[in-house]
Amino acid sequence: MSEKEIDDVTGVATTGHEWDGIKELNNPLPRWWVWTFYATIVWAFAYTIAYPAWPLISSATGGMLGYSSRQEVRAALDAAEASKADYVTAVAVASVDDILIDDALRTFATAAGAAAYKVNCVQCHGSGATGSAGYPSLNDDSWLWGGKPEDIRLTIAHGIRFVGDDMTRLSEMPAFADILSETEIGELAGHVASMSATPSTGAGADLYAANCAACHGDAGEGMVELGVPNLADAIWLYGASKEEIAAQIRAPRHGVMPAWQDRLGETTVKELAVYVHSLGGGQ
Amino acid sequence: MTAFDTSIERNAIEQHAAEPVNAARIRQPLYAPRRKIFPKRAEGTFRRFKWLVMLITLMIYYVTPWLRWDRGPHAPDQAVLVDMANRRFYFFFVEIWPQEFWLVAGLLVMAGFGLFLVTSAVGRAWCGYACPQTVWVDLFLVVERAIEGDRNARIKLDAAPYDARKLALRVSKHAIWLLIAVATGGAWIFYFADAPSLFVGLFTGRAAPIAYITIAVLTATTYVFGGLMREQVCTYMCPWPRIQAAMLDENSLTVTYNDWRGEPRSRHAKKALAAGDAVGDCVDCNACVAVCPMGIDIRDGQQLECITCALCIDACDGVMDKLNRDRGLISYATLADYNQNMALATAGGTSAIDPKRIRGRDGRLLPGITNVRFTRIVRPRTMVYFAAWSLVGLALLYGLMTRDRLQVNVLHDRNPQYVLLSDGAIRNGYTVKLLNKIPEPRAVIISLKGLPHAAMSAVGINEPASRKLAVTLEPDRLRTLKIYVAQPAAAINGSVQTFRFVVEDPSSFEADSYTASFEAPQP
Repeated sequence: MSEKEIDDVTGVATTGHEWDGIKELNNPLPRWWVWTFYATIVWAFAYTIAYPAWPLISSATGGMLGYSSRQEVRAALDAAEASKADYVTAVAVASVDDILIDDALRTFATAAGAAAYKVNCVQCHGSGATGSAGYPSLNDDSWLWGGKPEDIRLTIAHGIRFVGDDMTRLSEMPAFADILSETEIGELAGHVASMSATPSTGAGADLYAANCAACHGDAGEGMVELGVPNLADAIWLYGASKEEIAAQIRAPRHGVMPAWQDRLGETTVKELAVYVHSLGGGQ
Repeated sequence: MTAFDTSIERNAIEQHAAEPVNAARIRQPLYAPRRKIFPKRAEGTFRRFKWLVMLITLMIYYVTPWLRWDRGPHAPDQAVLVDMANRRFYFFFVEIWPQEFWLVAGLLVMAGFGLFLVTSAVGRAWCGYACPQTVWVDLFLVVERAIEGDRNARIKLDAAPYDARKLALRVSKHAIWLLIAVATGGAWIFYFADAPSLFVGLFTGRAAPIAYITIAVLTATTYVFGGLMREQVCTYMCPWPRIQAAMLDENSLTVTYNDWRGEPRSRHAKKALAAGDAVGDCVDCNACVAVCPMGIDIRDGQQLECITCALCIDACDGVMDKLNRDRGLISYATLADYNQNMALATAGGTSAIDPKRIRGRDGRLLPGITNVRFTRIVRPRTMVYFAAWSLVGLALLYGLMTRDRLQVNVLHDRNPQYVLLSDGAIRNGYTVKLLNKIPEPRAVIISLKGLPHAAMSAVGINEPASRKLAVTLEPDRLRTLKIYVAQPAAAINGSVQTFRFVVEDPSSFEADSYTASFEAPQP
């Protein structure tokens, strides 16, 4: 580019580039623009001195202002904790029943309980609390250990058959494989399967009265104090078919639920109880 | 030679040394600095109309937030209030929830059609009279004239070196401009909070930071746009005139220099007449250029800078009055009329403009000559715009009168869709949202319509399951309820049954309903 080409119309020098006959004028940038550009450079240097920026081998320069993203996160978390501190304190001192009748407190506890549920409970009871074979649904109104708010709280706090918690819920059904013959187990299972509709009579009913009524009740109504399931309702933890019932008579399976009080603390357990109670089946 | 004597008083007309900023003969290279404009004070019909519009628009802007409107104890008493925190918009007797924002969208559609209508009828009237830029520039010019004097004094002051007097004048001018700018920015925030308490809060330093930031930003834009940039905003920044220009047609009124009667213009009519030359009405006094706030010469024809403020019409009419000539050498005229008159003055375009062709023996314009024909405003195009504008307006009005003040929205639980209960019954869960859109508390009743054997219960309401539920609603709030509906096994006759949640206010007879589905396992 030895010679400057001057554009006829504007009297401005061109850059010498040409695209399909169009030439670019070599106008200078507006001055305010140039100065803004210089200012950004100054800003960039100042910024890298003030804030953590330059990567070193195992860390980075710390900056002059003592800024740390971890600190910011911690501060934000602390602020979030502080903002709900009033509610948390109120939940901590109130009983589950009291929480349920206080609109604001119940709304808070339900939301907190829902969050805790999603972290700790969905693995067994499912994301919609519908349970599955061996894991009770928490939506329905059939409760092995009681569906009152306080019952639910106790179950969550101390677990079911959980070794390591003295107050855990305990009960065990004997295995009838050694006591009854295979035929008797079949007859008994047939009777139990009929109990939720029209109870049968005959050998199965006699076997039931002799072996089962002591715990499950004459009409199969169960016993909440000992976690004995109701056999006359529509809900079956291990299946409603005769075969599944027979298997349960032969060698009962017993679910185990951990105690959560030590892990989550009293407050969270209360919140969970409120949430579970609000799922619709609470008594 | 015409019968009237043009020599009288022509020399009494003041000649203005005014150069239009955009004339081709003085066109400057790219990146040229702005040519300063010193608009002269105009007097006349349009100027008076502009004062009136300015007064009304400024009054509306500054006074509106201070109007009170009693809505009872549960709602704010400000007539016009944009309550961002609670997401409510109050406009006198209308209260808008976010769901009803279609009303605002409808108003914007009306504004669009309104622009089509007004522009196709009377040209860029918005630019010339009602645009905030025009109004505030006018206001700033009032201050400038009061302090520095009219056009010639201002030109002289601008050219003079800085001395104590100039400094004092300039400082006081900018100080008053800034004061106006602060008041402008300050007035805006009152639309968003209770005006009297915010006013006190502003001065005691307790107002929200956003209030101060808004004032600062609007102060800066008002001062810079209205005081410093003025016509450059219209010419270089504003997209509005580009849109408006596309809506003009040959029947739209625009400010027009009627060269068919003004040309050939002459400063020395007497000499020209003596020489037997044709002489038009324009005495080339440049009064129209001197008063133009955009700094243009309307005699160069239609140009994008023109905001049709009509101050040049006022200036020219004043000159015509002095000359005892017909007004309207510069006038609002349509292109169609202009062409018709032009054809007459030029013998259908075959000759040069000859003023004699359009005048009678007495020197007056022929009766067939018209500058302004307001009947042109009513024509198919404007009627269509007006019809569309009215239809949207009526639809909005209908929507406003019939909209629900009590509403129910329902979300069916998805996980689980249904729950088997111990007695074999099936239960579904619903999140029911009740919207009480009036600023009064209400007692409403939710009931089930359909599913004759179903019953419902709500979390937090300790009532036995039934088909009716009494609920209280807070004023102007949404209440969310978790409602469970259960049906005995025998009543379920399919995997999906539909029914309705009905919400009623027994005292006002308002009601709303929502059709929901009840889901059950496949039989």
